[in-house]
Amino acid sequence: MCASVKYSARGPALIPRMKTKHRMYYIALFSVVLLGLIATGMFQFWPHSIESSTDWSVDRHSVHDAPLVHLSASDPIPERGDLSCRMHTCFDVYRCGYNPKNRIKVYIHPLRRYVDDLGAPISSTGLSREYNELLSAISDSDFYTDDINRACLLIPSIDVLNQNSLRIRETAQALAQLPRWERGMNHLLFNMLPGGPPDYNTALDVPRDRPRKYFILSSQIALHMEYRTELETLKAENGEAMLILDKCTNLSEGVSSVRKRCCKGQVFDYPQILQESTFCVVLRGVRLGQAALSDVLQAGCVPVILADSYILPFSEVLDWKRAAVVIPEDNLSEMYSILKSIPAKQVEEMQRQARWFWEAYFRSMKNIVMTTLQIINDRIYPYAARSYEEWNDPPSVKWASVNSPLFLPLIPPRAPGFTAVVLTYDRIESLFRVITEISKVPSLCKLLVVWNNQNKDPPEESQWPKITVPLKVVRTTENKLSNRFFPYDEIETEAVLAIDDDIIMLTSDELQFGYEVWREFPDRLVGYPGRLHLWDHEMGKWKYESEWTNEVSMVLTGAAFYHKYFNYLYTYKMPGDIKNWVDAHMNCEDIAMNFLVANVTGKAPIKVTPRKKFKCPECTAIDGLSLDQTHMVERSECINKFATVFGTMPLKVVEHRADPVLYKDDFPEKLKSFPNIGSL
Amino acid sequence: MQAKKRYFIVLSAGACLVLLFYFGGLQVRATRNQSRREDRLRSPEQPWPHFSDNLQSFLPREQLANEDYNMHLSPRQKRDANTSLYKGKKCRMESCFDFSLCQRSGFKVYVYPQQKGEKISESYQNILSAIEGSRFYTSDPSQACLFVLSLDTLDRDQLSPQYVHNLKSKDLGFDIGQAMLAKASIGAENFRPHFDVSIPLFSKDHPRTGGERGFLKYNTIPPFRKYMLVFKGKRYLTGIGSDTRNALYHVHNAEDVVLLTTCKHGKDWQKHKDGRCDKDNAEYDKYDYREMLHNSTFCLVPRGRRLGSFRFLEALQAACVPVMLSNGWELPFSEVIDWNTAAVIGDERLLLQIPSTVRSIHQDKILALRQQTQFLWEAYFSSVEKIVLTTLEIIQDRIFKHISRNSLIWNRHPGGLFVLPQYSAYLGDFPFYFAALGVKPSSRFTAVIHAVTPLISQSQPILKLLVAVSKSQYCAQIIVLWNCDKPLPAKHRWPATPVPVVVIEGENKVMSSRFQPYDTIVTDAILSLDEDTVLSTTEVDFAFTVWQSFPERIVGYPARSHFWDSNKERWGYTSKWTNDYSMVLTGAAIYHRYYHYLYTNYLPVSLKNMVDQLANCEDILMNFLVSAVTKLPPIKVTQKKQYKETMMGQSSRASRWADPDHFAQRQTCMNKFASWFGTMPLIHSQMRLDPILFKDQVSILRKKYRDIERL
Repeated sequence: MCASVKYSARGPALIPRMKTKHRMYYIALFSVVLLGLIATGMFQFWPHSIESSTDWSVDRHSVHDAPLVHLSASDPIPERGDLSCRMHTCFDVYRCGYNPKNRIKVYIHPLRRYVDDLGAPISSTGLSREYNELLSAISDSDFYTDDINRACLLIPSIDVLNQNSLRIRETAQALAQLPRWERGMNHLLFNMLPGGPPDYNTALDVPRDRPRKYFILSSQIALHMEYRTELETLKAENGEAMLILDKCTNLSEGVSSVRKRCCKGQVFDYPQILQESTFCVVLRGVRLGQAALSDVLQAGCVPVILADSYILPFSEVLDWKRAAVVIPEDNLSEMYSILKSIPAKQVEEMQRQARWFWEAYFRSMKNIVMTTLQIINDRIYPYAARSYEEWNDPPSVKWASVNSPLFLPLIPPRAPGFTAVVLTYDRIESLFRVITEISKVPSLCKLLVVWNNQNKDPPEESQWPKITVPLKVVRTTENKLSNRFFPYDEIETEAVLAIDDDIIMLTSDELQFGYEVWREFPDRLVGYPGRLHLWDHEMGKWKYESEWTNEVSMVLTGAAFYHKYFNYLYTYKMPGDIKNWVDAHMNCEDIAMNFLVANVTGKAPIKVTPRKKFKCPECTAIDGLSLDQTHMVERSECINKFATVFGTMPLKVVEHRADPVLYKDDFPEKLKSFPNIGSL
Repeated sequence: MQAKKRYFIVLSAGACLVLLFYFGGLQVRATRNQSRREDRLRSPEQPWPHFSDNLQSFLPREQLANEDYNMHLSPRQKRDANTSLYKGKKCRMESCFDFSLCQRSGFKVYVYPQQKGEKISESYQNILSAIEGSRFYTSDPSQACLFVLSLDTLDRDQLSPQYVHNLKSKDLGFDIGQAMLAKASIGAENFRPHFDVSIPLFSKDHPRTGGERGFLKYNTIPPFRKYMLVFKGKRYLTGIGSDTRNALYHVHNAEDVVLLTTCKHGKDWQKHKDGRCDKDNAEYDKYDYREMLHNSTFCLVPRGRRLGSFRFLEALQAACVPVMLSNGWELPFSEVIDWNTAAVIGDERLLLQIPSTVRSIHQDKILALRQQTQFLWEAYFSSVEKIVLTTLEIIQDRIFKHISRNSLIWNRHPGGLFVLPQYSAYLGDFPFYFAALGVKPSSRFTAVIHAVTPLISQSQPILKLLVAVSKSQYCAQIIVLWNCDKPLPAKHRWPATPVPVVVIEGENKVMSSRFQPYDTIVTDAILSLDEDTVLSTTEVDFAFTVWQSFPERIVGYPARSHFWDSNKERWGYTSKWTNDYSMVLTGAAIYHRYYHYLYTNYLPVSLKNMVDQLANCEDILMNFLVSAVTKLPPIKVTQKKQYKETMMGQSSRASRWADPDHFAQRQTCMNKFASWFGTMPLIHSQMRLDPILFKDQVSILRKKYRDIERL
């Protein structure tokens, strides 16, 4: 296809050379342009819809039914356009307005048949198949509006894909007659210079892992002798790894020359041959853009582009450096060594990337036009633009990669401290002990008690332990486990310590140290009791493990530090029905949190300090939730359930825990920052 | 010409006002229209019909195939013809830049010598010395591929105190011809894409190296600050750049949107004073700029006299997301930086929509934008040196297109300056992108043992070490770097090991050779060892499993710390037992092999020479480098403190660690390094990583790394 799709040409690279006389019209034609003054943001959702589409199939339309328009020689010819157009100078943003969906509206001028005084059509081809596809795609999309008054972008139905088939002057006149043309303001024209999208879409089925026979392939037929000679020299130096094809001269009748390439009498099928090579040359011909590019991408062959100052299609959003090799034309002779120096893994990446670009952006007229509109949309609403990753990462990478929302390497200062959030129901005595213990931690900033018992009021203010930091009680409306992870406004620090009302054995040193570790890993769960998930080969499913293991993949939120951001994620962004499931079963909220954090950051939690009994040593086994047998079974079920909802097992297993630097060192205890670690 | 310009400005200002009024008025009209439109039936025009005709292709392939291309000019001639066309204002790399100069000796930059009596502003002097201090600098013009003027062309604003007089003035001062322009506050109209470089406007106090860190200390949730949107600056009553700022008061609400202007600037402001001036000025004085900057979610950066303003960098550093209102400003380094990830690009024409636009931005997005401001600030803007290096790297990337950075590298931590594309084209070969690509580092390591003493006895520590390391299940190969004056020992002197042992003679037998990026190293991880290091197989295994979780950091055993010695006003180095550490010495540490490349190719010759001459401090320098890149501390694993035989007793007399000067040198090194980096990159950590069951009261048989406890 090779299409230089034309939208606000940046630099004259895209402008084909032609006679200066025509150039003027051409410029008028191709400066992408705009106008209108409607700034209301009141766009309504246009239910362009199923019913209407069924209508179309019933009505059989023909292009010949389109109304005839006679152009006369005296009709005005638009004046020369402004070559230095920029979005802020030639595009009328008021037409697009502010709208909550951040989506532009596109209008298509209805089809007309333009003829001159003598009744001759202005274009030799009229509406081409491709342009028809393109306009249908727009009309089927969310961008479409049938109301010219609400449109931000207007598209003429005059087909200018191939300007060679146009009568330039008459086309310019026809465009000028469009309602709201206004020197092309806010109009979008599509122009593809040579070639079109290939008509053999089904011909290629890319084999993924087959080794490719050739290293470099040149398949273009319209190469200038000068470059062909240079390629031949390269081949002479590097032998069989290179294949240089040319037009076939003696094909038998009835064989399309488009589908064949030849080399020294040997005939190759095109485009299939492209799949046989690792790299495929896309060399400057008469024009910069080359039809070969699209074929090459489709074949998953890495394009090697030698066309100085060629602006690659959609280069505003597509990162071609990840899919193609660009070599200056003058360095053609070094092509072989340059390509040889690329690591094999990168070649694989580029093949995948090339194939993805084709699949997503070049495969059909529909993909091309949707990409174009999306780019314009991104310019008009830059704050809602698609991200680099959305444009460039193939689905497999999107799936496997993680982009942590807390990506800045930052060690927050100690000063703000942390907020302890204690979830409690009615164990007052134990709760008060926990509060008293935590209050000794130097970095504690505030204590928040989440009172989950609706049937009972919290104790009188006077009965609470006297502590030096503010203590707030939040009463909940329902006894739900997820209440502990609600992003309460009362939590003013980044760091949250979630702690159960029966964890009384943690020393102040242990807690303070946990906070210090959290500061070094603010995007992780940093907690005390560690747990593990295991794959049970017999049962063929995940199993929960709380025994003494050498590995850990979860830390329980019965005592853990984490970023308040994860409260917000847990409450509002938890996938599937996990939140309800947890509340219904009154279990596994901590496992859910571990899944959530690992999934969004791709990182393992950090277990701090040695294993110890965290609850009161004298308590019996039946007391408290997490000890009975059915409970453990249920937790295994949780892991399996969550893994299904997440569609993957995000938990990461590690073999380390964090201790103070001088832990267990033979060193005076009083000189250690955290002497009281691990004691029972 | 001046009159013409003024006329144009007045006209465009007028036009803008008319537009604004029209826009304002239209709101009303549009709402009225709305109802009318509702009544009318939907436009009778159909959506695009589905034609049943058999349409032709717009350009049959056959037609294309039959064009005889050799009839035309040769592509080369054609290109040359274009080249002469694209000169001056239309310059591009291909037409105005001589690539052949760079092919010879790589990307080298020459600075023209300064003429006597030439006045150079402080900022420009900083730029020049940053270039001269960079690894691209050459003093030989015949080696150079890029030439930099020593004429001060920085400030062409005649009103500015920084303006350097005596340059023949016209537009930029002189005809730039085919020269590239690195210009602050450049307008898109005059910007030659992929040829000029847009740089940020920075003040004369901008530090030459190092630079302040960003102000963001925590990521609070919800991410909103006291103010939503603020601005405080001059209002120009007439002339360029007056209209946007003149209209700001429409949006100001004195609550969370605080946009303040003052008329009080220049000598004769009273003369042009308008009706709003007194009110504005009073409001202006009520607020403190710094306070607003640090307490606002968004900061408005409207054009002033120039397109760009100092506000931009100030907001960036303050983690106040810039809201750009400067149509046509080519943002700094726009060629490589994706500003949509760190700023809101507004349109001056839509000023009145700005409040609703910023309010519509989702919390998650704000959090990301804010962090990105900090990343960009620290990566490219915080010092003159960074700005200069970024400019040079952008140009270098253009010249060597096939070995250049992609957009991901530029826009993600640690940024383009620390990621050298010459190292590898594959992102997975760097330690920074595993998460972004969804891949893992390779699961094996290469051990590099630095040998300096001849092999005499079979009980030498190096042989024990060799055996212990080779037994690690993760060990791929061992490289012995022979930096000893004595000739290589015979092959049979080395013990038999399950993995290959390669002996390499160090280049010139200098210290830096231990950080050479040897081609024989193919694993991501390197275990760097001194010859007298004592480590068990278990310890090696454990350290490696930890490294796999932190592939961008140094993970190892010998921890050291730095501190600020306020009596001597310099950095101190300590090997005492402390509650924290900031370095892990490379005598027993694992890190990514990219750091070898970075050490060799990024650090200046002066520092590497210093290390070589002292035969000391290479490990400190490596720690400086890695922390400067990651902005994170290294990681110490397990309890082990004594990892040298020398520390345990007599033996090994030749060891450099026994030398009393050795320690003093290390202090000196610290300070030298800190001054080159312009800041102290080392960061303290208070924790070490132990095996999960380390010293837990459970049967030793249950423990995977039980040997670690026995030591």
